[in-house]
Amino acid sequence: MLEKRDMLEQQTPLGQKKLIVSHAPFFHSGRSIAERNYHTMLAALPALLLGLVHYGMPAVGVVCLSISTAIIWELIINLLTKRAITIGDGNAAWLGMLFGMLVPATMPWWAVITGTFIVVVIGKQIFGGIGSNAFHPVALALAMMMLSWGSLLDFDAALLNYDLEFATIYPLAAVKYYGVASADAFSLTDLLMGRQLGGTGSTFGLGLLIGGIYLMLRGFIRWEISLTFLAGIYLTASVFNLINPAQFAPPAFHLLTGYSLIGAFFLATEDSSSPVNFVPMLIYGAAGGIMTVLIRNIGAWVDGVILAILVINLISPLLDKIRPQALGKVEQDA
Amino acid sequence: MIKKAFLGLSTPQINYETLPAHLPETEKVPTPKVITLYHPKNNDNNIPSTLSIGDSVKTGQKIALYPDEKYYVISPISGKISSLSPYTGDFGKNYIAITISRDDSETFDDTFQQKRQTPSFELLTEYLAGAPGDPPLDTLANSNGQIKTIVIRGLDPDPMVDTNQFIAQSQLKDLEKGIHILKEVTDVQDIVLFTAGESVQGYGHIGARVAGVKTQYPAALPPMVMKDVLGQVLPAGKTCEDLGACFFSAEAVISIGSAFESGSIPTSKTLTFVKKDGTTKIIETCIGTPIRNILEAYNETVNEFDRIILGGPMTGSAIYTLDYPVQPDTDAIIVLDRENAAYTSDYPCINCGECVRICPAKIQVNMLVRFLEASQYEEAVDAYDLNSCVECGLCSYVCVSKIPIFQYIKLAKYELERAKMSEEANA
Repeated sequence: MLEKRDMLEQQTPLGQKKLIVSHAPFFHSGRSIAERNYHTMLAALPALLLGLVHYGMPAVGVVCLSISTAIIWELIINLLTKRAITIGDGNAAWLGMLFGMLVPATMPWWAVITGTFIVVVIGKQIFGGIGSNAFHPVALALAMMMLSWGSLLDFDAALLNYDLEFATIYPLAAVKYYGVASADAFSLTDLLMGRQLGGTGSTFGLGLLIGGIYLMLRGFIRWEISLTFLAGIYLTASVFNLINPAQFAPPAFHLLTGYSLIGAFFLATEDSSSPVNFVPMLIYGAAGGIMTVLIRNIGAWVDGVILAILVINLISPLLDKIRPQALGKVEQDA
Repeated sequence: MIKKAFLGLSTPQINYETLPAHLPETEKVPTPKVITLYHPKNNDNNIPSTLSIGDSVKTGQKIALYPDEKYYVISPISGKISSLSPYTGDFGKNYIAITISRDDSETFDDTFQQKRQTPSFELLTEYLAGAPGDPPLDTLANSNGQIKTIVIRGLDPDPMVDTNQFIAQSQLKDLEKGIHILKEVTDVQDIVLFTAGESVQGYGHIGARVAGVKTQYPAALPPMVMKDVLGQVLPAGKTCEDLGACFFSAEAVISIGSAFESGSIPTSKTLTFVKKDGTTKIIETCIGTPIRNILEAYNETVNEFDRIILGGPMTGSAIYTLDYPVQPDTDAIIVLDRENAAYTSDYPCINCGECVRICPAKIQVNMLVRFLEASQYEEAVDAYDLNSCVECGLCSYVCVSKIPIFQYIKLAKYELERAKMSEEANA
């Protein structure tokens, strides 16, 4: 942009200053898409770093491959569709990073590349690029991977060969298959401090909380969605737990395991697939939380966050029909 | 440039500044050698022969180029006509630019002086329609007695612009006189002056109700004033005039007051001048002064691709030449360095919802902009409340995709208006 203007400048005869004419307003709040994406990545960094410490070089490899291939897929689509190159806005990088955070550290290279292909090409670009995707691209990709190569996303199997200093069993699977008693192996502090099995960047509860609070305070995500999502999980899990404490895990356990926190702060809040009005945001978040626990407790899947997010993505446009009345709106009676 | 705060949990706020109790002094910009006036032009392609180059005009002389039309301008200086040329302004409005070279000696036209003893509405429309502050006398004349309330702006609608706030506080006597004249010559008895919330005190008995509005933009925009001060919500697609309210700037009322007080038609425009470094000055200059002269008077250098804005940062308009003269309604001149100005982009809406949350009219801007981008203006009106828009520009201000939403809205309204006009013409 600036270079173009500098070129124009040289062509202008001396003495005649060219002014730019544009429409009001002439000020801007300074917020940008790139800022949103890079700050979201920054917020996710603490959780990712602890995961990298736990799982070592294989995890570094998966995350790096994920970020780089996501960017490359975006670039390829940009070139194929002959549109402006958009990799600089950080969105592809962020989606790649999020994908890397959600999958196990041992995911094979071809699966990572296929995953980021689904994220960027099928999840985002086919719909028309940033802002047009109906579903969270990463949630969509993960759901497709779950159906196609379920074993790759089975944390117990994938991380079998790891010798970590904590119980190497995926908490949600343990509770589902071995009963609530197995939840005792995990203290809440352990879960909060990331001493649990799971996706590389999705286990460090405290890190995700700090990142989420940062994003909410800066206004990069809508707090209404995140908080009602967590409230939905907590309340629904409480109801189950009250009805049958022997079969269903306590609510705090649900909040800190699986994709709950990363889902609340980084998946459900994605801009284009979530509503923008106040009441719809509350319903959207709460529905996501409720669906998550329903799938976990009475569904077939171990973790319900990904599927719950796809379901609420689906109802988001409908929810946004609940909107305040515009100023001076004239009601047209039929 | 107003930036969003570091914390972004609440929507960003743009506040009106209230002037200090001890008002700053105005600075006078000397009258230049050559001034330009824009006389409205009719559809006739030729420049009328009622005036020709070399003719002399006196200070305060009325120049009406068309004998059959009501258009005129008042010469603010004495001198000779040096050129007459057609000029097309914003939204395709046509003018004839009349350039006058100033003589060294000043002679005064006293037609108004003689008539002012008997104030009448006709006298106002005949001599003061182009007075500083641009009194909307046409609107009042064409309303057929519909107007029940005159609302006086003691606070400028845009942030950073202090002109009317300043002048309403510093020229109370003329303001009072102006209100008195308006009451005398029109049927309107209800006159309301609004100003920033805390400065309601200190107006005393000026003959009008005084009301305070919030100090947060866009509380001083007409539709918001209608709602907050007059308690009437403007129905979508209606104008304030439809509801019986006519907006005058404080300067317009003061121009009327001082014209009858002093006997000479005021020609000196008060305006807020914002320099590149953000410092604000309230200056007085003769109507018709080219912007170039004002910049030179303050040693303000303009570089390539800077922007010069007439009016405020949220609703003003940018000009392309420094020869553009100060108009009766030029309340502010803002010089914006190219590094500080907002640029738009062709990114699509990412549905972040910032615009929806900041919109004072509660419009679903995220949906609206999708229709506007596709030029589906009728649908935009029917489904997404285009006509409820109060034209504050806050949506463009917060848009992270930097979509020129406000421009889309103005374009849509303009296109719809044009379609309506051509439909009526063909009916």
